[in-house]
Amino acid sequence: MKRTLASAIIASHSGESAKEGDICNVKVDFAFANDITAPPAIKALKEMGASRVFDPKRCAVLPDHFTPNKDIASAQQVKLSRVFAKEQGMLYWEVGRVGVEHAFLPEQGQILPGEIVLGADSHTCTGGALGAFATGMGSTDLAAAWALGETWLRVPPTIKVNFEGTPPPWIVGKDLILALLGIVGTQGARYQAFEFHGAAVKALTMDDRFTISNMAVEGGAKAGIFVPDETMLKYAKERAVRPFNPVYPDEGANYARKVDIDTSVLKPLVAAPSSPANARPAEECSDVKIDQVFIGSCTNGRLTDIEMAAKVLKGRSVHDDVRLIVIPASYEVYNAALERGHIATFVKAGAVVCTPSCGPCLGGHLGILAEGEVCVSTSNRNFVGRMGHPKSALYLAGPLVAAASAVTGRVTDPREVLSSDELQSLKG
Amino acid sequence: MSEKLRGRAWVYGNDVDTDVIIPARYLVTSDPEELGRHCMEDLDSEFIKKMKPGDVVVGGENFGCGSSREHAPLALKSAGVSCVIAASFARIFFRNAINVGLPIFESSEAVNGISAGDEVEVDPSTGIIRNLSKGETYRATSYPPFLQHLIEVGGLVPYVRERLKEKEV
Ligand code: SF4
Repeated sequence: MKRTLASAIIASHSGESAKEGDICNVKVDFAFANDITAPPAIKALKEMGASRVFDPKRCAVLPDHFTPNKDIASAQQVKLSRVFAKEQGMLYWEVGRVGVEHAFLPEQGQILPGEIVLGADSHTCTGGALGAFATGMGSTDLAAAWALGETWLRVPPTIKVNFEGTPPPWIVGKDLILALLGIVGTQGARYQAFEFHGAAVKALTMDDRFTISNMAVEGGAKAGIFVPDETMLKYAKERAVRPFNPVYPDEGANYARKVDIDTSVLKPLVAAPSSPANARPAEECSDVKIDQVFIGSCTNGRLTDIEMAAKVLKGRSVHDDVRLIVIPASYEVYNAALERGHIATFVKAGAVVCTPSCGPCLGGHLGILAEGEVCVSTSNRNFVGRMGHPKSALYLAGPLVAAASAVTGRVTDPREVLSSDELQSLKG
Repeated sequence: MSEKLRGRAWVYGNDVDTDVIIPARYLVTSDPEELGRHCMEDLDSEFIKKMKPGDVVVGGENFGCGSSREHAPLALKSAGVSCVIAASFARIFFRNAINVGLPIFESSEAVNGISAGDEVEVDPSTGIIRNLSKGETYRATSYPPFLQHLIEVGGLVPYVRERLKEKEV
């Protein structure tokens, strides 16, 4: 049987034939929850009668959503999670060292090629950038994985995505995934997996790949997986905390659908309110005035993203009517941005720089929107009320569009703001 | 799970996401009652004021898309919603609903037939959905055998409890 990458990884963890549509019991390599989803998981674990997690070095809790604790209720949730993690000897990183889970765990070498990774958070699919079958579940499913070291998975049909051509320097991972979502829609990949191929993929940085896998779930997919290559294996080897076995798809595997995207002709995109699949060229939205820009999140809070935004803001100022909020997604990113002078660039430009956290991404804290306000955000969801008032509006974009918009006070294509020299030197 | 579910229908469109089912600003707790009080708030502020226990939520395609928060099916259940009928469900919501014991039924036929306010009765054991207001009957897609088994043993929590006992032996 010729296997897709998803089916090959599931087969390697189940000892079953793992045909498409089969429900398989699989071994789980790593399972984590956050400060919102851990408390119900802990409760469920107790109800299951499990006194220990299956392997404390493969189970983690990350306090990233409402941290540093925004109020008493969130402090209680974090405390409950922390006490439990310490009791179990599980992995737990304190505020000041932790990051947004899907940016932080890959940095820590906790998500590796060929693995099955579960997170009680829908954007767990970010781990697909590392050639893992990484998928989000709810707290009870996560608790079951903590208890048993196993879970059930239905082997998904796979959509093969070919990113062809050479993207121009101002086209980033976010533009690729928004283009794909524009084609497949918010549910075109429901119960399916994306597998990413094509000439453009080879040149993509790991950061761009994380952005792309991160938003697989916005198309309804349970995973968005890259095939192991040199770039991926180098990243993984430098960080891995345990041995790993990369898994590859078979030549001639059967795909449910193929989508080809020519990246050489892409324009900087946004997803207009209120769907991540509502893709349009940023230049077509240039009359939309904005109140806030958020650069950060598990989608685009990594070093390359911060660097791109800093290149736009260097020597420029944030528009008088705009609040720019920059949140590096982890301390590794924050430190590197400090050393390279990007944080100074942001602060001089008039931005707010906050400590690693999900922040306003889910309407938690550090930049909530009022009624009628409009925000350009590098995050992944622009659902109604996602970042505050139900009558606020969100345009999703990559770091270049976001930073350019912060300068002009309108949704802006970076080509409008940057000189041609600056545009050419964006990458490298 | 043999008792029939019955109530008035609240009909919504495609892509009802978890952020409107229970906005993240309320996720500082996982107390079901507190979550229930804010159910569907950002989509339909009248819902929680006017719905009666037993009422049925009807959605289009991709119901429950978005976050993995189990708080979403929990909020619906705790608000008193007896079941959700949709043309299709987002996969994480689907698992979560089964895990927290919120009955869900997939039926495009029912979604096309049911209008807001219709009196609906569902037999969970057969997946037969009756629209009492219009005198129509629809059928829900049946679950795969593994999931049927999971539901029969009372959900994932008792299932894992049994598995753990087997492992000890
Ligand atoms: S940054 Fe946003 S999308 Fe990512 S984990 Fe945090 S809340 Fe979720």
